[in-house]
Parts: sequence; C-alpha cells; structure tokens
Amino acid sequence: MNDLLPGFADPVLDAQSAFRAVLEAMSRPGRIVAIDRLPEAPVPLMPAAAAVLLTLADADTPVWSDAGDRVVAWLGFHAGCPIASTPLAARFVLATGAAPALDALDPGSEEEPQFAATLILQVQALERPMDGGPEARRSESAAYADKLGSGWRLTGPGIEHAHHLHVIGAPTDFLAQWRAQRPLFPCGVDVILCAGTRLAALPRTVQIEEG
Amino acid sequence: MEQGYNFAYLDEATKRMIRRAILKAVAIPGHQIPFGAREMPLPYGWGTGGIQVTASIIGPNDTLKVIDQGADDTTNAISIRRFFARVAGVATTEHTAEASIIQTRHRIPERALREDQILVYQVPMPEPLFRLEPRVAETRRMHALAEYGLMQVRLYEDIARLGRIGTAYNYPVMVNARYLMSPSPIPAFDNPKMDRMPALQLFGAGREKRIYAVPPYTPVKSLDFDDHPFRAIRAPHACTLCGSTSSYLDEVVTDDRGGRVFVCSDTDYCQSRREKAA
Amino acid sequence: MYVAVKGGEAAIDAAHGWLAAERRGDPALPELTLDQIAQQMTLAVDRVMAEGSCYDRGLAALALKQARGDAIEAAFLLRAYRTTLARFGAAEPLDTGGMRIARRISATYKDLPGGQVLGPTFDYTHRLLDFALAAEGAPPATVPEREADTAVVPRVAELLAREGLMQREPQGEAEPTDLTRDPLTFPADRSARLQNLARGDEGFLLGLGYSTQRGYGNAHPFVGEIRQGRVTVEFTPPELGFPIAIGEIDVTECQMVNQFKGSLTEPPQFTRGYGLVFGHGERKAMAMALVDRALRAEELGEEVTAPAQDAEFVLYHSDNVEATGFVEHLKLPHYVDFQSELENIRAMRADAMGALKQAAE
Repeated sequence: MNDLLPGFADPVLDAQSAFRAVLEAMSRPGRIVAIDRLPEAPVPLMPAAAAVLLTLADADTPVWSDAGDRVVAWLGFHAGCPIASTPLAARFVLATGAAPALDALDPGSEEEPQFAATLILQVQALERPMDGGPEARRSESAAYADKLGSGWRLTGPGIEHAHHLHVIGAPTDFLAQWRAQRPLFPCGVDVILCAGTRLAALPRTVQIEEG
Repeated sequence: MEQGYNFAYLDEATKRMIRRAILKAVAIPGHQIPFGAREMPLPYGWGTGGIQVTASIIGPNDTLKVIDQGADDTTNAISIRRFFARVAGVATTEHTAEASIIQTRHRIPERALREDQILVYQVPMPEPLFRLEPRVAETRRMHALAEYGLMQVRLYEDIARLGRIGTAYNYPVMVNARYLMSPSPIPAFDNPKMDRMPALQLFGAGREKRIYAVPPYTPVKSLDFDDHPFRAIRAPHACTLCGSTSSYLDEVVTDDRGGRVFVCSDTDYCQSRREKAA
Repeated sequence: MYVAVKGGEAAIDAAHGWLAAERRGDPALPELTLDQIAQQMTLAVDRVMAEGSCYDRGLAALALKQARGDAIEAAFLLRAYRTTLARFGAAEPLDTGGMRIARRISATYKDLPGGQVLGPTFDYTHRLLDFALAAEGAPPATVPEREADTAVVPRVAELLAREGLMQREPQGEAEPTDLTRDPLTFPADRSARLQNLARGDEGFLLGLGYSTQRGYGNAHPFVGEIRQGRVTVEFTPPELGFPIAIGEIDVTECQMVNQFKGSLTEPPQFTRGYGLVFGHGERKAMAMALVDRALRAEELGEEVTAPAQDAEFVLYHSDNVEATGFVEHLKLPHYVDFQSELENIRAMRADAMGALKQAAE
C-alpha cells in the first residue's frame, strides 16, 4: 500500500469538473472532451479513465477491470468499489487491453435499461478529423493515416447533423458489435472511450457508420 | 458559503448516485430513472428534484439562473437561488444569456438556449400516464413496451367531445420517437422549444424520485393527430410593457371591473426588450 | 401604467422575521428550554423522532421548538438534518426480546411468563381535565417501587411459534432495504414496507389500520403483545468483525396475531403483523402492525380488495413529509399554466356558444 498513488487532489471539485466533462461527452456523442483536473493514475490506467472511475464508481457499483492488481488496489482505496468477478456482473467495465465483447456486458432490461453497464474503453488516440489537433497534423505520415482509417460518422440524439470521430485502437469488430446491440434499445451498453487525458462517449442511442 | 455542509449541500456519495442516474438518463432519452432522492431542506413539491440535479452538476465556475413562472423574482425562485448562493457560493444571474445553468419551474425562457447551457426542470409528476394509470409498476411496463395507445385515445376523446385537445399545459411529448414524456407543467406554448434544443435538458422529480433527460438536438414531438395538429396557445395580445406579440403572456387583473393587462411571463426577456427599445 | 411586481426578496425576509416573533410569543413569558420540551412533551418528541427517522431527543426537541409545535414540520426539519449525516453502516438487528421493559401487555393470554406490566399508560385514566395541572408547582409525582426485573421476558409470538402455531418469519442475512438511500420499487419487500410504515404518518396509518377492522380487508387481529422499553443498539465495525454496543434507545413493539386459513403449501396457522417505532408510540405501533399484516395479503394468497392491502396505494401515500410538500405546493404560483387553461376554456366556450347559437337559429 506504500506505493499507492493519490486520487483526486480535491475530491469534491475535481469530481464535479470531471463529471461535467463526462456529461458533455455523453450529451454530445463523439465530441472529444479534455479532463483538466486529473488524478495520478497507476499504469496501465490512463488519467481520463481514472478520473471517470473516481467520479462515478463507489461501494454501490461493482467494477470489472483487466488492469491488474495495482489498479484494483488503487480503485479499492480511492473509490471503495467492489470488484466484479465477471464483466456481466459489473456496472462499470474497465478495459485497458483486449476489451470484453459488448454482449458479454449487462445490457439492462426493457423496464430498467438504466442498469446497463458502462464500458470504459481505453484506446490509443481519439481524433476529430475535421479540425485536426496536433496528432491529426502528424497524421501526414502514411502509416498514421492508414491507422486512422476512414473514421466514424455519428448520428443520433445529441448531434445536430453528424459528428466525426477517429478512434485509434478500438477493437477491430467494434462497429459490428455496436450494430448488433442497436436493435436492443432501450437496452444496451454505453461506452466511454478514453485516450490519455481526453475522452469521448458513445451512448447506446448513437448510430455509427464508417466514413 | 455556509459552513458545516458540503459544497452544493449534497454529500459526495449522493452526488455520485445522482450523476450516474443523469448519465443513464442522457443515454436513454425520455426514460424515467428512479433515484434515491434525498430529503432536502426545502419541501417536496417545491423543486427538490431540480435542486438535487442542479446540486449534482453545479461547480464554482457556473452561473445560475432560477425562474418560476418565467420570472426571477417569484418567491420560490428567490428562495432556491439564495439556497445555491449559500451552499455553493456560485454566481447567480437574472439574465438568460449569462447563465450556464438555468433551473426552471413551469417555463422555458423565450431567448433560444445555447450549447453551453443546461436547463434543469423541476418536475412535480414525472409520469405522463399517471392520470390514466396510477400504478407505477403498470406504467413502467407500458413504457417498456412503448404501449401509448391509451394516451392517444384520451386526447382523441377530447377532440370528439370538445372539438380540440383539452390539455393546455404539461402536454405530453414523444422523445426521439420512443418514450412518452412529461415536459413538466410548462404551457404547451413552450413545447416546441424542447424540440432539437441545442442545450441539454435535465428533469428532476424529488418526491417521485425520478430523473430523466433530453439530450441536445433530440426530436421532441407533442402528441397530435393529422386532422388535429398540435397548436401552441398564447393569449392573443401584445405585451403591455415591451410590445412583444410572440412571447408567452401573463394576464394581470388590474381592477374588479374587468380591467386587465397582458405582460411577458419571461421577465428577463421583457426587460431586455425594453432596454433595447429605450 | 402597470409595473411588474418586484420585492419578493424583501417579502421573504420580512416573513421570516414575523415568523420568528410568532414562534417566541409574548416575550414577557419565559422561553421554553429544549430540556423542558424533551422532558415534558415526551410523546411529541417521540413522534418527531419516529417520523423524522432520527433518534435524538435533543434535536427532536429543537425541531419542535423551531416548528412551533407542528409535528410534521418538526419531522421535516429533523429529516433534512439527518440526510446530511455521514452513514457508517447498518446496526445489528435490535433484540427486542432482551428489552428492559417499562410496559408489556398481551391481550391473548390472561397471564404469561414475564407477566403483564401496565407501565406508564393513559389507558385507564379518566379523561377529565386535571385542573390541578393548571396550577403550577404541584409536588413531583413519584414512580412506584417495582422489583428490578432483569429476567428475559419471552415474546408471545415465540411461545406460539414453538408450538408450530405461528408462522415463522424467514431468516435473512441480507441487509434490509434502505428507503432513505434507494427509491421505493414494486413489488416492495417486507423490509421496505416496514421501513416505510415506521417512518409513515401516524394519522394516515391509524385511519388505514382502523379501516381493516371495519371490513376493508379481511382482518381478525389480536394484540399478541405490546412491549415498550429500552433496547441496546449494536454495531459491527468492519475492522473489528464483532458487534459492540453503541447506545440504548426506547422503542415500542407490537405483534398482532392474525388467523391464516392456510394454503396449498402451508397448514392453517397464525400470521403476524409487526409494528416497531421509536419512543413511546403505542398507537402508531399498533396501526403499523395492522397495516403490515394487511399488506401481506398478496404473499399469503388472500384476495386484495381494500385500500390497506394495496401496497402502492399505502406506501406511496404514507409519508407525511412528501404528502405535505405536494399538497402545500399548490399555493406556489401556477399562473402560467392557469393562463393556458384560461385561453383554452375561452376558446372551447366560444366554440360551444357558437354551436348553441346555431342550434337556436
């Protein structure tokens, strides 16, 4: 426990700030939001994912994680959340490596779709191709442009016309999984994509196409 | 700021519980989510749901506006605004354009809201079906199956009997073509403002312990029929103070001989029009 | 020229000042102390603790003083304070079998182990106004001497259960529902129902309980036992792993014995309705036990026909803090909606008058 990293510097105001970032992301699917009041997260937990968990998880929300003992100890100490033995039993699923399939998570029920799990999925990078951040500018390199692929076009509640998002490092069949869960609405898993200090959310209502 | 209480009054565990409910509400537009509403230091039915939602989202950088009946100076609006100034030390405003969070009872401001604003509604009765079916277990099933025929029938009975739909406020809406939702007791005049609004709309019902939401740019359609389309009702007059012919008006009785004037219910809107004209 | 109403802020401040003056009453008279309220208005304090869901005599006395004696307003004050307290965990179940008894009666047995203990009850007082009380300064009444009885007094329901005549309640390790943290959902389990009733309005429960005796619900209750006294509260801190006593509280417990004709899976036996409230609240505990039993109709396979058997009806309307808020919110301004109604009714009248006129022509 001696090497336990601290959580939020200001548990009240840091959580408020992170929550507003997550709320903004969930309200405007695919829009990339930066979190500016971050905890020190143990590897392999990214700062944004760490902030999301400290903001939302507690003794009432079992968390499943693939991030190893250090992260579990850190979460247990700062969030006090029980650790779920399977992804299905978790309210929050933290995936830092190969993510469990969406259909292995609790989608909620038709009467109580709010009990669906939230998947916190760490990816390599999140980019908005239209305006291009520093990473996008670097994307002139052919290899990076290749990795970016054609990107996603998002439509649905929260989006005026369409949002575009490049996700680098999502599971290769993610879009197929997403399409498979769409007909289950109002059931379905909500996803928070985290990359470094930034995040973007995919509520179950969003439609994703390539292009 | 008030000593002895947490920032924004609620303890952090309660805020987390409400925040989780809000996020799921946004992910399932129009679906009511039961939550462990707390006893607030204001009475149930007086905005405790809206207050809990506001307390869970508000931060030191926010500027809060509170309206009741469209006005900032109604007693309950003052009381709630004072509460947040006291427990969160946040800036407050009466100007719609300056607010980042607007808590409201019974109105949507006339000025179009922006993406960087959040509208929090106080909701007395979140269940749009409660007059048709008081049992919560039963209405929950009806929402699960999107079984809304009863509501259509009720509205149509009005048309058959009265020639028009008899509901003038708390007029039911369909959200994103899936969930039937109570817009809270706003006048039907305000319903069209909910449709594809750039701002996030959050709804809190404290006594009934439900939270729901309409994300930005989400279709919100007032129930109607092809041969009886929805009509927004307002008094057919101009505001006595600012001359507006498009805002929602309050009728103010000025004597006991039938004297009356009509004035904007949205006091900030009216004031800013008068300032511009001056 | 019409000028929009302003001045709500000043009006609120003035109202608060006036309220404070009304609360104090004639300043020539000495002010009530919290100790006086806690010692001499004990049953009012008990009711506020019960419906305020917070066992603290001093705070309940303060709430009563602040609320000018309005029990519901005082319960509301206490609850609003209670929600701000940190929650450390759930206590161990109270052992009312080990109660230090002040009063204990059974209507089902003439005599029984532990005896009938009348205790400080209004029951056999003649309700004649005691004008001697109006003259202050009467010598203090003395508590009659009584043998110190530390023996465990067995519960009547247990005597019946040993004979197999009383349905045993299922033992559960699960932490009971806590309606102060989670919303009521249906079907509501027994722990949620009991908590709701324990916090519920005494008058509402009394009326409902009474209705079950008058044919609204098929009740044949006997007071198996009412006991009132002091019990120890124990709590198991996770770091210790064993329970420690953290204090003592006064409670009133009522077990109503009801006949049950049996079902396919269970032979005929007695079933119980249970009531437990903070302090001395016999009327409330009895009403609670009647309503608890009525609410078990469905699980016992009885026909649900009466209001007291309807869980949604009872549990959603028992809470007086919720009820008073919503009833009283009607005095908040509603003029925006009323305006919509006005325009609508004017339009409908115009349509109707036109149609009538046409018909007359």
